[in-house]
Amino acid sequence: MSEREKILGRIRDALVVKAPFPGNHGHDSRGGSSVVPPSSRAGEWLPRVDDSPDGQLAAFATNCVDLKADFFLLNSADEVKAQLQKLAAADGWKKIATHSGVLTDSIVPSLNLTTLRADAGYDVHEMESCDAGITECDALIAQTGSVLVTNRSCGGRALSVLPPHHVVLARRDQLLRDLPAAFQLLKRKYAGNYPSMISFVTGPSRTGDIERILVLGAHGPKRLTIFVF
Amino acid sequence: MTVSLFIPCFVDLLYPKVGISIVQILERLGHKIDFAEELNCCGQPAFNSGYWDEARELAAPVVKRLKNAEAVVIASGSCGAMLKVFYPQLFAGTELETDAKKLSSKCFEFSDFLVTKLGVTDLGAKFPAKVTFHDGCHGLRELGIKRSPRALLEKVQGLQLVEMKEEICCGFGGTFAAKFPMISTAMGDVKCAQAAETGADYIISNDSSCLMHIQGLLEKQGKKLKTIHLAEVLTSR
Amino acid sequence: MTAPVQQFKRQAEVLTHDLRHREIIQTALGKYAVVRDKNRGAFQDYQSARQAAAETKWEAINHLDKHLEQLVSKLEARGTKVHWASTGDQAREIIQKILREKKARSIIKSKAMTSEEIHLNHALEEEGFEVVESDLGEFIVQLKKETPYHIVFPAMHLTRGEIRDLFNKELAANATDNPEELTMVARRVMRQKYITADIGFTGANFAIAETGMISITENEGNARLTAALPKTMITLVGIEKVLPRLEDLALFLPMLATSGTGQPLTCYNTMYSGPRQPGEPDGPEEWHVVLLDNRRSELLADPEQRDALHCIRCGACLNVCPIFRNVGGHTYGTTYSGPIGSVITPHLRGLDEWKHLSYSSSLCGACTETCPVKIDLAHHLLQNRRNSVQKKSSPAWKLGFELMNFVFKRPGFYEFVAPLGRAAQKLHPMIAGKAFDPAFPWTKTRSAPKIAKQTFKEWWRERG
Ligand code: SF4
Repeated sequence: MSEREKILGRIRDALVVKAPFPGNHGHDSRGGSSVVPPSSRAGEWLPRVDDSPDGQLAAFATNCVDLKADFFLLNSADEVKAQLQKLAAADGWKKIATHSGVLTDSIVPSLNLTTLRADAGYDVHEMESCDAGITECDALIAQTGSVLVTNRSCGGRALSVLPPHHVVLARRDQLLRDLPAAFQLLKRKYAGNYPSMISFVTGPSRTGDIERILVLGAHGPKRLTIFVF
Repeated sequence: MTVSLFIPCFVDLLYPKVGISIVQILERLGHKIDFAEELNCCGQPAFNSGYWDEARELAAPVVKRLKNAEAVVIASGSCGAMLKVFYPQLFAGTELETDAKKLSSKCFEFSDFLVTKLGVTDLGAKFPAKVTFHDGCHGLRELGIKRSPRALLEKVQGLQLVEMKEEICCGFGGTFAAKFPMISTAMGDVKCAQAAETGADYIISNDSSCLMHIQGLLEKQGKKLKTIHLAEVLTSR
Repeated sequence: MTAPVQQFKRQAEVLTHDLRHREIIQTALGKYAVVRDKNRGAFQDYQSARQAAAETKWEAINHLDKHLEQLVSKLEARGTKVHWASTGDQAREIIQKILREKKARSIIKSKAMTSEEIHLNHALEEEGFEVVESDLGEFIVQLKKETPYHIVFPAMHLTRGEIRDLFNKELAANATDNPEELTMVARRVMRQKYITADIGFTGANFAIAETGMISITENEGNARLTAALPKTMITLVGIEKVLPRLEDLALFLPMLATSGTGQPLTCYNTMYSGPRQPGEPDGPEEWHVVLLDNRRSELLADPEQRDALHCIRCGACLNVCPIFRNVGGHTYGTTYSGPIGSVITPHLRGLDEWKHLSYSSSLCGACTETCPVKIDLAHHLLQNRRNSVQKKSSPAWKLGFELMNFVFKRPGFYEFVAPLGRAAQKLHPMIAGKAFDPAFPWTKTRSAPKIAKQTFKEWWRERG
C-alpha cells in the first residue's frame, strides 16, 4: 500500500466518529454543516468599506498611509508620466525593470531609462541591480490597501519583489471594494486556468522581528508606490 | 424566592464573612435561604486534576441535593463554573446527565444572580476607597460574567473603581498553584503589579480562591494593598 | 537525558525569576495586543467571522480525505509533484532524495514550523547541505543555534543589543544596535544566498482544495523570493492545512493577520498553484509538495479534540497565555509551545511524557477566548489530564482525593477540620515557608490563609 493510501485510510477510519459542531465549547451539540459556505458572508463581517467609489478611493488612500505606501491619485496617463519622471529623478534611477502591458507600455518608455523586460526572460543579477520594478496589477483593494498581482499579468514572480522599489500603475476602475470582491474577480478572470502565483501585496516589505520594531524593506521592496489614474 | 446556597469548604473555613454577607444581602432582599449544609465541595480539585471518578463522587450528592432548587447561588465564580459548565461534561453519558443539566440551568454566581436574575444593583452599601476589580477567570470566561460585579460596584457610595490594564489570570488555578508554584507566583506578581499600578487600596473580586492567593503574596511581600470579596463590600455601611 | 517534565520545571524555575525576560516579553506582547485589539475592533462583526472560521475549518477537517484528494489532483494537474509522508522520517527522506537528485548544495528556506517539527535543518546539515533560514527571526535563531522561541515571532526573546552582538560575531557585520541597520545586514547576506540557492523551501499556511493552491502568508517577502528564484521548490505541508474553497481566504487571511501579528492583513499573501507554467517568465521548474501526517491522523481520531487540527498557527493563544509569558517558549521543549502546544504535543509525541504541559495551566481560558478558530483549548487541557489519569493515575494524588472525598462526604468528620486546622495553625508559623513545611509549595512565596474563628457553618448553626 502506498503512503497515500495509508494516510487516507487512517483519515477515513478516524472520521467514522463525528466531531461536535465547532465553536460551542461543549455547550451545544448542534450538528451538520450549512448549505452555504460560512465564509460566503465574510463581506458582512470584515471591516466596513464605503459604498461610493470616492469613499473607496479615500479608504484606499488612508490604508496606504497606514501601510507606509505612497499613493498618487492622478487624472491622466500624462500626469502619471510626469510624476514618475519626478520620482525617477529624485531617487536617481538608472535602470528599471518592467513587463509589457497596456499601461506599462504607454507610460514606462517616457522615463527614457535602461529598461529590463522581465517577461522576456531576465538575468537575476540584472534585475537585482534595477532601481525599481514597475508593474501593472490585477486589482486594488480599498478595504486593505492591497495590490493584487499575478505572475501572468505583472511580469512574473520576482519583478514585484526583487527590486528595492515596487511601482504599480493602475486604473481607477481596478479598485475593488473588499477581499471577497477580489476573490470573485480571480474566479471570474482565471477560473480553470489560474496563474501559478497570485499575491496580495499590502504595503512595502516589512519586519518586526527585532523587538517588534517596524523596519521596512526586509527582503522585498523598501518602497511601494501606487499610481492610479 | 427560596435561594439554595452552596458554600465551598474554603469559604466556610477561611472566608465565612463572604457567606454571611451573601445570606444577609439575600435575606434583606426578602428571599429565603436554603443552605445545603451537608455539601462541602463541588469536586473541582479532583476534576481539574484529571480524577473524574473521584470528582463524580463529590459532585453526585451536589446534583442530587440541588437539582430541584428554585435557584442555586454560589459564592465563587470558579465553583459556579464547575456546577454550571463542567457538571454536564462530567456526567455526560451517566444516569445523572439530565439532572446535571437541570441543575446547570439554575446555577448563578452571586453577583450575576443579583444583577441579571434579581435586577438589583443598589444595595445601599458604602465603601469609601479606591479599588480595582479582579475577574476570576472561571467567572469571566466560563460564565461570561463581567458586567454584573461592576454594575454593583457602581452603586456603592464613595467607591472609586480603577480598572487594571489587562484581564489576566492571577495564577491561582487550584492545584496548579502547588504543582507549579514558581509559575503561579510569577503570574501573581504580574497581577499584583498591575493592581498596584492603578493606585487602588483594595483588590475586590468575586472569587475568594483568587483572593487567597493574591492576599498570600501581598502579605508575604509586606505590601499595603488589601483584598476583599465583593459580597463584603456590598454589606459595608 | 532528563525527562521533559523535569526539564520544564527546571527551566520554568529560572525563567519565572528572570525579570529581564519578563520585561522583554511583556513589552513585545504589549505592542502586539494594542494593534490586535484595534484591528479586531475594525471588523464589523468579529465574533461572527470567528464562528464562520471555526465552521469552515470544521468542514475542512471533517472531510479531510475528500479535501486532500481534491487538492492533490488539482496540484498534480499542473505539474506539481506531490509526496505523502506518514512520519517525519519519511518526509526527511523524501526531501533528501530530491536534494540528491538535483545535486543541490544550498537551500534557502522561508519560515516553516513543520520543518522544525521534523528537525529538517539538522538532518540536511548533517548530510552537508547548506541551509539558510531567510525569515529574519528564523535567521537570527539559526545563527544563535537555537530553536524558534515563538511560532510567529521566533526571536522575540532577544534584544537588539544581543542581535547586534550576534551579527557582529557571526557575520563580521560591524553594526550598531539599530534595528533597521541590523535588518539591512540580513537583507544583504540573504540576497546573495537567494541568487545562488539551488532549492527554495517553504511551509504553508493554507492549502486550498478547490483550486489546488498553497497559500503563504508573510511580511518580509522572503517566501516570495524563495518561490521565485531557485530552480526547484519544495513545500512541506501538514495535512491539516486544508481549506475547502479559494474564497475562504477572504476570511482567513485577515483572521490570521489580526491574530498573528495584529495587522489588518499581512504584507504578502501569496497563492501558488504550480511550478512555472508555459508562458510564465520565471518561477521554479519543479515544485514538490510534501504532505505530512506525523500523527495528525491520530489527533483526528479523537473527536473530542479533533478541533485542535483547526489551528492556523497564528500564535494568538501563546500571546495571551500567562504561562507562556512567564516561562517563555523554549521552556516547553516542544516545536509548538503555549496552549496549542500543550494540547497537541501529547497527541503528537506521547501523553505520558508530555502530560505535564496540560497540568501546567491555571485553566484561565484566555487561549480559548482569543483563538480565531475557536479551538476549545482550555477544556482540551482538562481532557488531556483526564486521559492521562485514565491511563495511569498517581497513587499519591488518588489517595489524596479519596481522603478528601471521605471527609467531605461525612459531616461528622468535616466538623473536625476547623478545630484541627486551628490547632495546626498555631504551630504552623514555626515552619511556614521553610523547606520542610508540608505546605512549602504554597508558603514559600505566599502567607497561609487563616481558619476563621467562627466558620460559616458554625455561624449558620448558631443563628439557628
Ligand atoms: S490554537 Fe488558535 S490561537 Fe492558538 S495558534 Fe492555533 S489558531 Fe492560533
